[in-house]
Amino acid sequence: MAENVKPRVRVPRSASAGEVFEIKTLISHIMESGQRKDSDGNTIPRSIINHFSCDFNGENVIQATLEGAISTNPYFQFEAVIQESGTFTFTWNDDDGSVYTDSKDITVG
Amino acid sequence: MNKLTLGVTVAATMALFAGAASAESDMMPLSIDGVNIVTRAPAPDFLDIDEVISGWSFRTVETQALQMDDFDNPGMIFVDQAIDDWNTVEGTAGESCASCHTGGPEEFAGLRAELPRWNEEQGSLYTMEDYINLMRVEYMGAEPLKWAKPRMDAMVALLSLQSRGMPVNVAIDGPVAEIWEQGRELYYTRVGQLDMACANCHEDNYGNMIRADRLSQGQINNFPVYRLKNAKLNSSHARFKGCMSNIRAEPYAVGGEEFRALELYVASRGNGLSVESPSVRN
Repeated sequence: MAENVKPRVRVPRSASAGEVFEIKTLISHIMESGQRKDSDGNTIPRSIINHFSCDFNGENVIQATLEGAISTNPYFQFEAVIQESGTFTFTWNDDDGSVYTDSKDITVG
Repeated sequence: MNKLTLGVTVAATMALFAGAASAESDMMPLSIDGVNIVTRAPAPDFLDIDEVISGWSFRTVETQALQMDDFDNPGMIFVDQAIDDWNTVEGTAGESCASCHTGGPEEFAGLRAELPRWNEEQGSLYTMEDYINLMRVEYMGAEPLKWAKPRMDAMVALLSLQSRGMPVNVAIDGPVAEIWEQGRELYYTRVGQLDMACANCHEDNYGNMIRADRLSQGQINNFPVYRLKNAKLNSSHARFKGCMSNIRAEPYAVGGEEFRALELYVASRGNGLSVESPSVRN
């Protein structure tokens, strides 16, 4: 079970319709790969964020499947283009079933 | 000093230093979210070197870039965790940091710049860790936090962040004079199987390579530091311990007398540089 998991997102507050802008996302997560062993020699089980997706006004913008090699505190940076004002929602799914979300409003003007 | 955008400064730096065997890649000014950071300053009088230089200057452009933006700075994740801790009630008194310090962590602007310092009431040298534990034990009825562990390092980072940009101003006279001398002695004394002193690397060879790493002046104006090598915050005592292990010496105790004296001395070597915590290094 991952502790202290906090998402952070940076989205510009406003953009012009059709303008390409950058979104940065980060989630603090230990991303236990399942390759490590503890001091007794037992394998520490895998426990990672396995899926990330970003939607805008209900429409999917980007999604990614994460595997064990992604390191601690996964950081995604991508470009987006929108035609109208609305809300970006971000979702991270954990192996243990937890779902972390964040959202940011953006105005087109 | 002009605030150059990151893209321009990166290009300028790479153009200036492409192919040149230069010691530091720090032609660009450092400004973090609008706060100007002094990375080079005239050395304090007690030093033989001319200039004190922040460790930031010795890192590659990519590493430097990570510190220039609070979103990109991985150390800030731990600051976020400390903010949660700040607001959490803990201990028999039923208080959190926030209950008494109603002005928030911002109340501590300027503190980090003077630490470690003499605490008259307690009659001893106090580091940030000491203050945190004093509050916890005396006022919260909570267990003291362990030094060099995530919770403590994160809280030290949060409180140190409040002094970002302020010049380090550690007192070396008065009640701390003797401890400072002890620290200076430790800095220059060779120890360990490799028979080395702090000064051998950090005063005689800063700017040179040690294997695949570039030596800095060993300043601690920027601690706790997020190290890319272990993906977490590191305290100054943890680093002292690491350095001593590297030269195959038996490290002194984290939070013990020797490292406190050393922390005082090393902090004073950075007088004039800005507090940079939490920083990003190798």
